[in-house]
Amino acid sequence: MPEFQLRRSLLYVPGNMPSMLQNVPLFTCDAVIIDLEDAVPLNEKDAARILVKRFLESHTRRNKEILVRINPLDSKWAYHDLKAVLPFLPDGIRLPKADTPEIVEHLDTMLTEFEEELGLEIGRFRILPSIESAQGVINANDIARTSKRVFGLGFGAEDYTASMEIERTKGGEELFNARMTILWAAKAAGIQAIDTIFADLNDMEGLRRETELAKKLGYTGKCMVNPRQIDVIHDVFAPKQEEVDYALQVIDAIKRARTMGTGVISLKGKMIDAPVVKRAARVLRTAFAHGLVDEIIHEEDIHGAE
Amino acid sequence: MALNSLGRTIPDSFAGSKLIPYQDPWSLMPHTLRATRPTKRIPHNDRKVLSGIREAIIASGLKDGMTISTHHSLRNGDYVLNQVIREIDALGIRDIRIASSSIHPVHAEIIPAIRKGVITSLECGVNGLIGELISKGELSCPVIVRSHGGRARALITGEVGVDVAFLAAPCCDDYGNFNGFSGPSACGSLGYAMVDAQHARTVVALTDNLVPYPAVPVGISQSVVDYVVAVESIGDPAKIVSTTTRITTDPIGLQIAKHAAQVIESSGLLKDGFSFQTGTGGISLAVAEQVRGLMRRGNIRGSFGCGGITGHFVDMLEEGLFQALFDVQCFDLKAVESIARNRNHQEISATMYANPFNSGAVVNRLDCVILSATEVDVDFNVNVNTESNGYLLHNTGGHSDTAAGAKLSIIVAPSIRGRLPIIRDEVTTITTPGETVDVVVTERGIAVNPRHPELKAELLRRRAPVKEIRELRDEIYELTGVPRPLEFEDDVVGLVEYRDGSIIDVIRRVKE
Repeated sequence: MPEFQLRRSLLYVPGNMPSMLQNVPLFTCDAVIIDLEDAVPLNEKDAARILVKRFLESHTRRNKEILVRINPLDSKWAYHDLKAVLPFLPDGIRLPKADTPEIVEHLDTMLTEFEEELGLEIGRFRILPSIESAQGVINANDIARTSKRVFGLGFGAEDYTASMEIERTKGGEELFNARMTILWAAKAAGIQAIDTIFADLNDMEGLRRETELAKKLGYTGKCMVNPRQIDVIHDVFAPKQEEVDYALQVIDAIKRARTMGTGVISLKGKMIDAPVVKRAARVLRTAFAHGLVDEIIHEEDIHGAE
Repeated sequence: MALNSLGRTIPDSFAGSKLIPYQDPWSLMPHTLRATRPTKRIPHNDRKVLSGIREAIIASGLKDGMTISTHHSLRNGDYVLNQVIREIDALGIRDIRIASSSIHPVHAEIIPAIRKGVITSLECGVNGLIGELISKGELSCPVIVRSHGGRARALITGEVGVDVAFLAAPCCDDYGNFNGFSGPSACGSLGYAMVDAQHARTVVALTDNLVPYPAVPVGISQSVVDYVVAVESIGDPAKIVSTTTRITTDPIGLQIAKHAAQVIESSGLLKDGFSFQTGTGGISLAVAEQVRGLMRRGNIRGSFGCGGITGHFVDMLEEGLFQALFDVQCFDLKAVESIARNRNHQEISATMYANPFNSGAVVNRLDCVILSATEVDVDFNVNVNTESNGYLLHNTGGHSDTAAGAKLSIIVAPSIRGRLPIIRDEVTTITTPGETVDVVVTERGIAVNPRHPELKAELLRRRAPVKEIRELRDEIYELTGVPRPLEFEDDVVGLVEYRDGSIIDVIRRVKE
């Protein structure tokens, strides 16, 4: 998996719906999260697992990241979920109810065992823990640092508000502390922060407002439950033209620095060093996904500064 | 038997008429004069209002073996055809040919009359059960399906001679002036009826809204109307509207619309003066919505929208995105309300809309048309008449007319319908030839007709999901499997006439 993975939009796809699974390659989101947990009724857990397994087996020409949300680790289904799907190489596991670092460690151990059994590189399967309870929020900082597999923290506001015995509102004031705590934990650990779903499918303005808030705070992406929400989310996460222009200048400057044999150079009186270049590359990667630039910036353009 | 240029076997004759196999969309030009109707002179104080449909039939001189027509502006809410057939049957008249602009599921009521021999042939678009029963061989009633432009052509050249046109008239005076703008059954544009009114030997206006003379504005004038009959109701305008006149919320449909908008944007046609037609399907309307956004953002002022008009198009007119609407039929009540009050919402006849043999049809000035399909083949031929089970269930509408006329014809369709692939090796029936289809858009990708390499290159430059049509077919077949060919009997139960009068395909009886 490349160091920077664009994850503006992560779409939940119910694991028990063949028609939705069939359309996974068509959705323009950055990642899908195939759900074996909440979207699947108890009496369909086995059937959904088989369906998802078959889907992963056949879906080999992948154009986006594929995560699978397994059932909670303390449930009777989690092990069977992993056993069914891992041989067909999803990119990672979305772990629900990641309340403590120990739960994430447990999953990490299980994944290592599966990787050994399957003859895969250790660490191949990544983890996106879902922080969705008061306990999870309190432990977010430790959870973020539990395993190298953890590439981000996901916020699950629906379960979180249930655990707090409060209602989720459109304004989202009740989520503010949790949102920030998760964000701080993710940023401090150098991983991504993925915001919660916006449940009202007919309120695109509400979705835009909430996504703008999440982006402004520092979240790198947002989960969703319907493909209709993709465009709004991508639109919000699209870099502004001036950001793109500046990033292009930064990359140009660092290329010049490389030819001069240095990793640092100034641009308009400001020092351009590795973090600035990294940020510029990230902006351009996002810009490429939006069609704002024609070329993707390759790793060597970034590493040249380091 | 002869093979047409698309490889379809065409009989030499059908129902007594010699057939011309389809060759190409452009070259056929019959040397014929326009049809004429008898010159008439009526006393200056003549009364046209008759007591009922039966009296009108008698007065018209309708006899065994003659041809009647109606228009379909009230679509599934039309009450006229059923009432007229009931009276024809009661009078003992047999062997009637129906040459209406279209018939709909509501007209299934005439099935017993077909079985009895009251009606013995149909020269009109067929929607619903009647077509299905004919395809199954359960009704002996040959059908000739024509496009809207093709039907206008056939009436005007006299190829189809209508003896009596029974025209639903939502607002009519006692001397035969009528329009579709007001009254309890207002249906808006009477674009199809205009052709019948001009060319039928006798014209009967049926109205449920007899108003004092003169009924203005005049849509169809007293000078072509012979009789007026007041009836209790000509139809239910609520049934003009179908549920497909709403923008889709299905993510797959929206994805298709997005791809289609990308095609339009890449074509270079979307600039001031842009002209556009779209159907009523949820996906077509979603494309229109995308186009609307692009026009707003680019501050583009289009010239006209045309075809069947929806409220969505009315909104675009009123927003100033188009200068005019050319309306051959209203697809919803908002369009009906608009055509009555908005001078830039222009009622046009089917001949002005799409007849290939006149001095200029509106479709010839179209930049872009969005069309649907039940099937498309790898040569871009399109079927809209029959379903994949072989049954004749749909009219052609303006499909082949607009595809031929527009600079850019885009077919939008989900790649899989039910469990059946939309793109396949060969379509069950060819309605519109691939030569006139420019782009096929599905949610799985965009296939550009090889005739347009420059458009394909531009789409690729914009990183649109362009695929070869065979690649798209294979991708869909991977999911659906290869469809098993249908089996047909040898007997031909219907013809699909291309807009110029040549035969593009035949409909054979389905082997049960």
